[in-house]
Amino acid sequence: MFRKRPPPEEERRVRANDREYNEKFQYASNCIMTSKYNIITFLPVNLFEQFQEVANTYFLFLLILQLIPQISSLSWFTTIVPLALVLSITAVKDATDDYFRHKSDNQVNNRQSQVLIRGSLQNEKWMNVRVGDIIKLENNQFVAADLLLLSSTEPHGLCYIETAELDGETNMKVRQSVSVTSELGDPNNLATFDGEVVCEPPNNKLDRFCGTLYWRDSKYGLTNQNMLLRGCVLRNTEACYGLVIFAGPDTKLMQNSGRTKFKRTSIDRLMNTLVLWIFGFLVCMGVILAVGNAVWEREVGSLFQSYLPWDPPVDNFLFSAFLSFWSYVIILNTVVPISLYVSVEVIRLGHSYFINWDRQMFCSQFNTAAEARTTTLNEELGQVEYIFSDKTGTLTQNIMSFNKCSINGQAYGEVTDPLEPPPKRLDFTPFNPLADPDFCFYDDTLLESVKVGDLHTHEFFRLLSLCHTVMSEEKSEGELVYKAQSPDEGALVTAARNFGFVFRSRTPGTITITEMGRPVTYTLLAILDFNNIRKRMSVIVRNPEGRIRLYCKGADTLLFERLHPCNQELMNITSDHLNEYAADGLRTLALAYRDLSEEEWEAWSESHRCAGKATDCREDRLAAAYEQIEQDMMLLGATAIEDKLQEGVPETIAILSLANIKIWVLTGDKQETAVNIGYSCKMLTDDMTEVFIISGHTVQSVRQELRRARERMIEVSRGRDGGKEGGVEGWEGACYNGNGFGGGQAGATGGGGGGEKQLQCPPPPGTPPPPPPPSPPPPLPPLPPQPPSTLMDNISGEFALVINGHSLAHALEADMEAEFVLTACACKAVICCRVTPLQKALVVELIKKHKKAVTLAIGDGANDVSMIKSAHIGVGISGQEGIQAVLASDYSFSQFRFLQRLLLVHGRWSYLRMCRFLCYFFYKNFAFTMVHFWFGFFCGFSAQTVYDQYFITLYNIVYTSLPVLAMGIFDQDVPEQRSLEYPKLYEPGQLNLLFNKREFFICIAQGIYTSVVLFFVPYAVLSDATQSTGEPLADYQTFAVTTATALVIVVSVQIALDTGFWTVINHVFVWGSLGCYFTIMFAMHSQTLFIIFPNQFHFVGSAQSTLLQPVVWLTIALATVICIVPVLAFRFLKLDLKPQLSDTVRYTQLVRQKKRKPVGRSMGGVRGGVGSVSEGRLGARGSSRRSGYAFAHQEGFGELITSGKNMRLSSLALATFASRHSSSWIDTLRKKKHAHTHTPPSASGECSPAPSYVSGSVPPLSTSSSVLGGSQDTPVEEGTHTPPVQSAQVDPVPSTHTPPPSAPASEAACVDVVSPTSVRCPGGDSPGGWTLSLGMVQEALFGWKGIAARTSGSSSPGPPSVAKETSNTE
Amino acid sequence: MKEQQETANRPDNTAFTQQRLPAWQPMLSAGIVIPGFVIIGLAFIGIGIALFVTSQNIQVLERDYTGVENNSPCFKCSDPSTKNCVCKLDFSLDKLFEGPVFFYYGLSNYFQNYRKYGVSRDDRQLSGRLDNFQSPDEGCVPYQYDANNKPIVPCGSVANSLFNDTFKLYQIVNGARKLVPFDGKGIAWWTDHNVKYRNPSITPLKNAFNGTVKPTFWSKPAYELDPSDPANNGFVNQDFLVWMRRAALPDFRKLYRRITEGDYKNGLPAGNYSLEIAYNYPVLDFDGRKKVVFSNVSWMGGKNQFLGIAYLVIGSLCVVMSIVMLIVYAKFKFPDEE
Repeated sequence: MFRKRPPPEEERRVRANDREYNEKFQYASNCIMTSKYNIITFLPVNLFEQFQEVANTYFLFLLILQLIPQISSLSWFTTIVPLALVLSITAVKDATDDYFRHKSDNQVNNRQSQVLIRGSLQNEKWMNVRVGDIIKLENNQFVAADLLLLSSTEPHGLCYIETAELDGETNMKVRQSVSVTSELGDPNNLATFDGEVVCEPPNNKLDRFCGTLYWRDSKYGLTNQNMLLRGCVLRNTEACYGLVIFAGPDTKLMQNSGRTKFKRTSIDRLMNTLVLWIFGFLVCMGVILAVGNAVWEREVGSLFQSYLPWDPPVDNFLFSAFLSFWSYVIILNTVVPISLYVSVEVIRLGHSYFINWDRQMFCSQFNTAAEARTTTLNEELGQVEYIFSDKTGTLTQNIMSFNKCSINGQAYGEVTDPLEPPPKRLDFTPFNPLADPDFCFYDDTLLESVKVGDLHTHEFFRLLSLCHTVMSEEKSEGELVYKAQSPDEGALVTAARNFGFVFRSRTPGTITITEMGRPVTYTLLAILDFNNIRKRMSVIVRNPEGRIRLYCKGADTLLFERLHPCNQELMNITSDHLNEYAADGLRTLALAYRDLSEEEWEAWSESHRCAGKATDCREDRLAAAYEQIEQDMMLLGATAIEDKLQEGVPETIAILSLANIKIWVLTGDKQETAVNIGYSCKMLTDDMTEVFIISGHTVQSVRQELRRARERMIEVSRGRDGGKEGGVEGWEGACYNGNGFGGGQAGATGGGGGGEKQLQCPPPPGTPPPPPPPSPPPPLPPLPPQPPSTLMDNISGEFALVINGHSLAHALEADMEAEFVLTACACKAVICCRVTPLQKALVVELIKKHKKAVTLAIGDGANDVSMIKSAHIGVGISGQEGIQAVLASDYSFSQFRFLQRLLLVHGRWSYLRMCRFLCYFFYKNFAFTMVHFWFGFFCGFSAQTVYDQYFITLYNIVYTSLPVLAMGIFDQDVPEQRSLEYPKLYEPGQLNLLFNKREFFICIAQGIYTSVVLFFVPYAVLSDATQSTGEPLADYQTFAVTTATALVIVVSVQIALDTGFWTVINHVFVWGSLGCYFTIMFAMHSQTLFIIFPNQFHFVGSAQSTLLQPVVWLTIALATVICIVPVLAFRFLKLDLKPQLSDTVRYTQLVRQKKRKPVGRSMGGVRGGVGSVSEGRLGARGSSRRSGYAFAHQEGFGELITSGKNMRLSSLALATFASRHSSSWIDTLRKKKHAHTHTPPSASGECSPAPSYVSGSVPPLSTSSSVLGGSQDTPVEEGTHTPPVQSAQVDPVPSTHTPPPSAPASEAACVDVVSPTSVRCPGGDSPGGWTLSLGMVQEALFGWKGIAARTSGSSSPGPPSVAKETSNTE
Repeated sequence: MKEQQETANRPDNTAFTQQRLPAWQPMLSAGIVIPGFVIIGLAFIGIGIALFVTSQNIQVLERDYTGVENNSPCFKCSDPSTKNCVCKLDFSLDKLFEGPVFFYYGLSNYFQNYRKYGVSRDDRQLSGRLDNFQSPDEGCVPYQYDANNKPIVPCGSVANSLFNDTFKLYQIVNGARKLVPFDGKGIAWWTDHNVKYRNPSITPLKNAFNGTVKPTFWSKPAYELDPSDPANNGFVNQDFLVWMRRAALPDFRKLYRRITEGDYKNGLPAGNYSLEIAYNYPVLDFDGRKKVVFSNVSWMGGKNQFLGIAYLVIGSLCVVMSIVMLIVYAKFKFPDEE
């Protein structure tokens, strides 16, 4: 790091295998150094760094002041002892940190790699690799430096890499060497390679590389496509050779990782401001006292000179005042004690350890505990308002599993009653030796169906085994490894494999599968590749019998349009199944086939060839050709793949949003995938009023869409307000829409969550019975949090916003920012899809800038690093996707659900503790220091201290530091499980209520009050008092001891009052501090010490002589009571008149404990339940249709396969794969734009909640939301019930109390009951009108909710009145 | 084995690491606070009454003898130019002044607590170290060396400004003056007399002071402060010790003598008294005041009205507060307290 850098490079020249040549340029070696110090530089550099801190410099300055005898009002050691202590603690911490950095550097630098040196491969440490070396990489090895790919064992110089550590994308990428070098297969040839690369200087652009290779008198252009970057992992490639271009600190990885920005918490910033204010205050006091001194010296001091002559150099009062100012600066400096900073650090360190130690944040699956990587941000965890989350790997596990399917109208894979023990996992091995042992499926009827040879089932799995772009690798017989480009495809092919249709291998023209144990080779005639518009892919194969068949899988909406009309009935049934799957948050695909005659094939293949050869509009022509053949298909069925959510994600999101934290998902995924996950993790729900989709491609369209969304919100909430009062609009909507119920009932059930609706809904034919309510009721129903009070604070109802990356780019432009923030923040959920890492960071910055809120970013991939770094708090998921995110993060753990614990438990406590600590700390120092100020008026403003100088030295570091530290580390206001049960407890942190400027002034005022009492009570008492032996007590030393003792006792009593959680440690520290005070005082005042140092210990005998006097103790008692009693009374009254939620919870908790002592332990059980309930997708039923054709891969693999480029045996010529690859993507985007402008967002089947399923039950998570909402405002009364139980009890009440609906209403109900079945049609076909009425239904629902919320406090049930209202309106 | 590996990083399950330490969680509940206030209030009222009554029984007699007013007996002495002035302060007691009686002198507007005054001393010297006799501490400036560059012992402002008025009390018995014996022993702190201030262990004491000069304002050297008692000389002279224990506040009094002997063992009987003051100490130039105080003490020391009253006031306020809190509590109690 301290290496002298050569002047910035203009261009880089590297000659292969020529170290001497490359040495000239002094390129950085591959040794990385992230450590800051070594043994010699540590002390000076560290001290230099520490004195850059203002506080430390300030204390150094004080120290220098104290060395001037005229000024020194205190001995030098009062400053140097604490300063030395602080500096050494920090130094030790820095040294430890740096030690670990050295260790990790060493570990990385000493990794082995194979370097080609003088024609032979030698093992070298990474740090010894030089620019210009050729190194050999083997499969699954990390790339050691930025390499130019020279050759590979794969044909055509292709190799596959995983770039997860760099950009977070887990899918494999293809890299290809320049053709001339790819022929240099073996080391011998490579050793003679002496090409020279001229390229750009080191930079941090991951996706760009520009250079030229000069070799044998010709030039070859180099692009990023030829580069292997440090941090990537070689996959699926036996070995490859690369030329080192950038090494060590010059690599793109290191250039990107830059110095971590030092994050400060808002409390830190506030503290710094306050410290500045205090300095100002200190100067003011100094000035006042200096002026006092000037006046005193002139009026009194000059006359008093016979006894106290002025110092020879100080012979006028003005100069004396000047000196007095500095003297007072010295003695009053303790208002900003140096121990403040070090104590804050210690507390934070303690909190960090508690995070590290938390077993409930330990994931046994990965064997990782949570880790607080930064120890300075803990209290900010208690103030988070916005969470920005990555999707893949964070919310989801990035594991796709084949979960359900529908074959020829028969559904398989339905999970049976969750009340019963879970069915056994199917064992495929006896049936199929090639089965993948990791595959999970529970429904044995499907296996039976395969075994009995059901034709449809066989065809279904045959399709799955043929129609894909997966590559297989068979290491040994039967040991198949599938290299799928997207996990979805992998899951499908694996499913087929397990059910007896094993994909074995492929060549460019054939696919070999093992069908029920029998190998069959199909001729692959064409791959009709996937793209974003087609949303489907097909293959055309000829089976051994010569029959040609097209197999197609794709999004149901598109596929159903292309079916043969005779499929109508099957389509309806399948469609029902698809709806169910979509409701479960599964990703669905419809499967179909078409038999082709030889003639048809010939004709089409001709047109296809033409299209393929076309130079202009090739894409369009190909698409048209595909369209032509994919017609009149026969439906086979549908698959449902579960994008497995991480455990507990929906619950976590629900709890966090109850805590008024807004969650934004920022993902690189497609809109469909993102929205789908949004639904399955309950961010989006079907009872949301509206989901806005912003996908405009121009500034204007984005602006318009945002405006429209806002207008709609205002409109809806206005309508709702109207509905609330007049009951007109909303209820009309409900009745008109016929949501399955009479108005009254809709009100009753809808408000309660609609759990009962299902009972009245006749189960549709052919579908399995509706799942019973999940057995463990969800712990905490999400209460729709009230929108924040923004400009749009009149918005009620729940909205969600989905915005696409390209629209986001416009929305983030300077003039749109505000508008975007305004709209997005009015929404409950925001999903940004297709965002780049940079955009992720920009979104975070945007919120930081506009909302002044604390943001938290959580992600697992390297693509999240930018956002993790720019957010106030970055959290890394230490899961599968490498460790880049973790390295950049402030906190890391392996499960998203731990976030609730991190924020609601640790964060809340940290914030609370830190605030209490700061309040007390400022208080105690003001109480301590201000006594000097008052004394100034009685001692001629001479900067005489009130206390003994040893007391001043030790007060902050010994007598009062530990109790407040113990409080700052261990205090708890409510037990951890309560913080999770009452997420509202989190709110004071967000609103910054516990420590702000107002609280600060209260503390200061209390401190000053205490100092007044501490000075004037002894003053009044002692000035006339005498010992019982007649000696006056008014001597300075007695006064000092009395005041100091009173001070220590008062602040100890105060800390005792502030401590809410008295552990053994608190007891030890509080009593220990008092004991310490007396012990040390007696020691300091002892004869022994005086005899040794007569000049230092003037107070000999004072403690003894003073503390034996009853008057002194009476004085101390009086002062203590005067200081404490008002505080006590104030707190009691505040508790009674304005109890905080935490007070109430704490109180209830205590009452509960008293009532039933043994219950204490059972709390853990309840909590355990909370954590373990994971019913992810099971909870949802009956909702909008969201078909998810969500291939995670890009198109183009079909072509790669057919061209045979990635086949070992193929010798087909290389095509311009790379260039096409990128251009087609742009085309796709362009076309997509067209597609979207044609269909209004609300009508696009993927996202809009379709009406027919609104009647289904609202997800149970939200069922009892209003109930809990009530219980949050009013304290829990039946202490024995945990909230879920409560909600279960309360829920039925409204329905039983509902009076029978009036005649017209019931009529409407009858009509409505019929309607759901009649309108049950594929969501994709839903007419636009439905969307409108849907909104009205939901208005109606929400209108009721509003009322429920209003009336929940009173005992009269809300619903009846609602029923009346509705019947009136009809 | 596998399981062990999987949980190798699992944090320890101790009450400490899991923040589950058993703890006492006090709460300011009505059941504690209100009775607490009542108890504190009553206790304070009780103590207050006791203090007040005790204090009322203490007799104090205070006389200013600065001599500012013309009719003051010491007026003539207040002129700094008069040397060796003696003035008589007469007073009479109409009842017995119960003993033991303590006799104090008091100074007002006198800043013994001024920082530079306070540090202007050499504690090594005062603890009898002979090195510091020859070279007193820097802090003693300007009373470190005299004009002839001879070290001053004891050095510094505090010692230099030693209070040097002396008093003799006579009871007028049938027109005759009867000397009331003063007891000057043990009026300083034990630690001061025995630990903090030591004379050099050289006999005679005078030799220790060779080569040094007495403080400028002193009339006699330190080893001759009390001619009547050789042990009461040097740095362990009681009057010197009393003076050296500097006062915390600008108005202070210091113990001069006890009256514990002879006929006056039980106090000063009613009658007329005459206090003979050798007026040496100038205070008028800085507007100071001098006074003498006779007082007796109780278990809690001298007269102290403030303490008793303060206790009574605070105690009453506590009781009042407890009533207020009770009312508030009755109105706004927690809903499930019943």
